[in-house]
Amino acid sequence: MKQHFRKTLIGFGIAVIGYILLSVLINSKMLNDFYIRILMMIGINIILATALNLVIGFTGQLVLGFAGFMSVGAYMSAVLTMKLHMPFIPALVLGGAMASVFGLLVGVPTLRLKGDYLAITTLGFGEIIRVLIVNIDYLGGPRGLPAIPKYTTYTWVYIICVLSVLVIYYIIHSSHGRAMISVREDEIASESMGINTTYAKISAFIVAAFFAGIAGGLYGHFLMFIDPKSFDWLKSFEIVTFVVAGGMGSLTGSILSAGALTLLPEILRLFGFSKYRMLMYAILLLILMLFRPQGLMGSKELSLKVFKNLGFKKAGGEK
Amino acid sequence: MALLEVNNLTIRFGGLVAVSDFNIEIEKNDLMGLIGPNGAGKTTVFNMLTGVYLPTEGDIKVEDKSIVGMKPYEITKKHLARTFQNIRLFKSMSVIDNVKLSYNYQIKYSYFDTIFRTPKFFRLEEEIEQKSMELLKVFKLEHKAEELAKNLPYGEQRRLEIARAMAANPKLLLLDEPAAGMNPQETHELMNLIKWIRDHFDLTILLIEHDMKLVMGICEKIVVLDYGKIIAKGTPEEIRANPKVIEAYLGEECAVHA
Repeated sequence: MKQHFRKTLIGFGIAVIGYILLSVLINSKMLNDFYIRILMMIGINIILATALNLVIGFTGQLVLGFAGFMSVGAYMSAVLTMKLHMPFIPALVLGGAMASVFGLLVGVPTLRLKGDYLAITTLGFGEIIRVLIVNIDYLGGPRGLPAIPKYTTYTWVYIICVLSVLVIYYIIHSSHGRAMISVREDEIASESMGINTTYAKISAFIVAAFFAGIAGGLYGHFLMFIDPKSFDWLKSFEIVTFVVAGGMGSLTGSILSAGALTLLPEILRLFGFSKYRMLMYAILLLILMLFRPQGLMGSKELSLKVFKNLGFKKAGGEK
Repeated sequence: MALLEVNNLTIRFGGLVAVSDFNIEIEKNDLMGLIGPNGAGKTTVFNMLTGVYLPTEGDIKVEDKSIVGMKPYEITKKHLARTFQNIRLFKSMSVIDNVKLSYNYQIKYSYFDTIFRTPKFFRLEEEIEQKSMELLKVFKLEHKAEELAKNLPYGEQRRLEIARAMAANPKLLLLDEPAAGMNPQETHELMNLIKWIRDHFDLTILLIEHDMKLVMGICEKIVVLDYGKIIAKGTPEEIRANPKVIEAYLGEECAVHA
């Protein structure tokens, strides 16, 4: 427990320092609006990637159609703030909760399936959610929902991003997380050790859907406009790409890859590849998969220990 | 009252009768061996006992309560735990996490405790950690607690699998070929270990094994299965002398020399 407090303090310190750095950079106008937007997109994508990693990487269930849950959260929170004039944060949380409810509804029938069957049915459910929204006039149908108040600030994205990664980290490092990982490793053995594997899978799914909903809410109040098309299967695959490229079963991998892959198209644009940037993006992904099929981090985590060890080696050399 | 009572257990896969009319009774503290040629249906019996397969007919009672139709994880809660013929460890989890997993259903805390890291979370995690470490010590794996299960040598993986099953707090332990792939030295150690855990943890053990030295050496009762049917039951001496068993499984040589 003492160790935990120390770790928490260190983590909290790092988070605060990061925030101070960020706000100094922004307030001193060193980062213009364009960069701030990219940073916020990175934050939202990190939430999505780590949440999906809980399901794909840690629980081992290949779930596609994740953007569907994002759209549920986005629409729910947008309706709450626009039409019911709710404050932002409760609306976000309710959006996440609504996404969780959908997660439960989708998860109960589909999570009995395995592998590619699961992938295809969840992809289908994602599309169902999209088509539903297209057909609801109250939500703007295919035209989308314009003029959402811009509540999402970089502060909120930062705080929520840190909190959601923390919560997912806590879940993984608990008996619940061990149950999820054991399902990935060997479902039959896991069940023989007294694990209700269906419960483990569904709870991972619900937690992930919750954070997808939150990310969707942030996304909607950031772009001020949402339409069903922004949550189609392309978006779903984008999130899966973050997870796979970062390494399934590595939270830091997801964070790194969500950051890098969100930045990459913009960097390519800066270097004058604006026409071919998506092509380059694809080629870089191919190269990554050829040389590191397990993803950037594999299932390892990047931790402060790495830096400690580096420092230690140097110190040892001086002796 | 027998700890495990199996009556008329039968399973058909399509037209194939894999096991038929299987009857055994296991008393508390028994150490029983289940032997028979390859494909006789031994593992199928285990899979029915642990809920992986649903028997077509028959009844399985643990302490007088039927467990037929229960899910494997529910049966584990009735204090039945097993190991697998082809090792099924959680390969990318650490050795201690493999063992910790089995405490999941016994020492529980909620998602609330998990997310907010309440004192209850730390207290129970500490308890799980301690109990797991104690078990690892029993199985002489404590110095490898943080290693990944897949990096253990074969014999230790087998031991870890038994340790993991023990953590599930069984009264009846089912071991599916625990000595498979072990050298004579390891098999000998395993024999002593099985006997020791039976006495130390006050266990009842049913094991499948092809190594006759092990089976004859430690089992007090033996059941022989051939083509899904029990062809003999009895003490090792009776089994060794049984002409049916000699014909179906042991062969002349073993009967003479063993």
